Amino acid sequence: MTNKLEAERPLSPHLQIYRPMLTMMMSIAHRITGFGNAIGFALLTWWLVAVSIGPEAYSYVDAFFGSLIGKLLLLLFTWSLIHHMLGGLRHLIWDTGRGLDKTSIEVLAWLTILSSIVLTVLVWVVGYALKGGQ
Amino acid sequence: MATPLKRVRGLGAAHSGTETFWRQRVTAIANIPLVIFLILSIVGHIGAPYSEVRAYLAHPVVAVLMLALIASAAIHMRIGLKEIIEDYVHGGCKIVAILAATFFAGAVGLASALALLKISLGS
Repeated sequence: MTNKLEAERPLSPHLQIYRPMLTMMMSIAHRITGFGNAIGFALLTWWLVAVSIGPEAYSYVDAFFGSLIGKLLLLLFTWSLIHHMLGGLRHLIWDTGRGLDKTSIEVLAWLTILSSIVLTVLVWVVGYALKGGQ
Repeated sequence: MATPLKRVRGLGAAHSGTETFWRQRVTAIANIPLVIFLILSIVGHIGAPYSEVRAYLAHPVVAVLMLALIASAAIHMRIGLKEIIEDYVHGGCKIVAILAATFFAGAVGLASALALLKISLGS
């Protein structure tokens, strides 16, 4: 019965039909950062497991995260976490039925982008400053 | 006469109601303070010596917050990955991908939790 209902057409228009819009890019960014956070979770697990094994296992992880690629990954991971968190806050606001008008949506989108970058830079600058530039 | 209303009565067409929707919100709210804590923990310990990192993670407050984050994030991640897969992957691949996402969430969650317990209990 269900087979007859499944027509040979897309269930909804594909993404490339639409002109890219800010809110649409933000929706995609929320999914990409969510996926990125999953990869970051695996990195966190690697770090925790290495600490639990011992100093030698930890030295490999430490060397990786101390390298340029490692630092870049950590920077991306923190930005991804912050962006996804702010995006999630927008969703929680929308869940209450607020902020769904056109202006609010645009403002919230820009606020998310800007504050995610500002907060990421701030966290790293403060982090490095507290460690005395080690 | 079958109207759409019939499908959404009780627990609805998926027979699970709004359970997943609500769980994603609960874990999202829990993740806010826990992820801030994680970011500060990461940035504060880059290049730190082994003994310092181990002592930090062994602190009961840090360990409990980390364990809470891992449980909440694993659940949140599993729901989110499943949602992405359901939108873009179809047919048999969908089942395989959802299974993989579930096992991934379970694996990283369990491994992280065991590592933290091992660090905390000092063995």
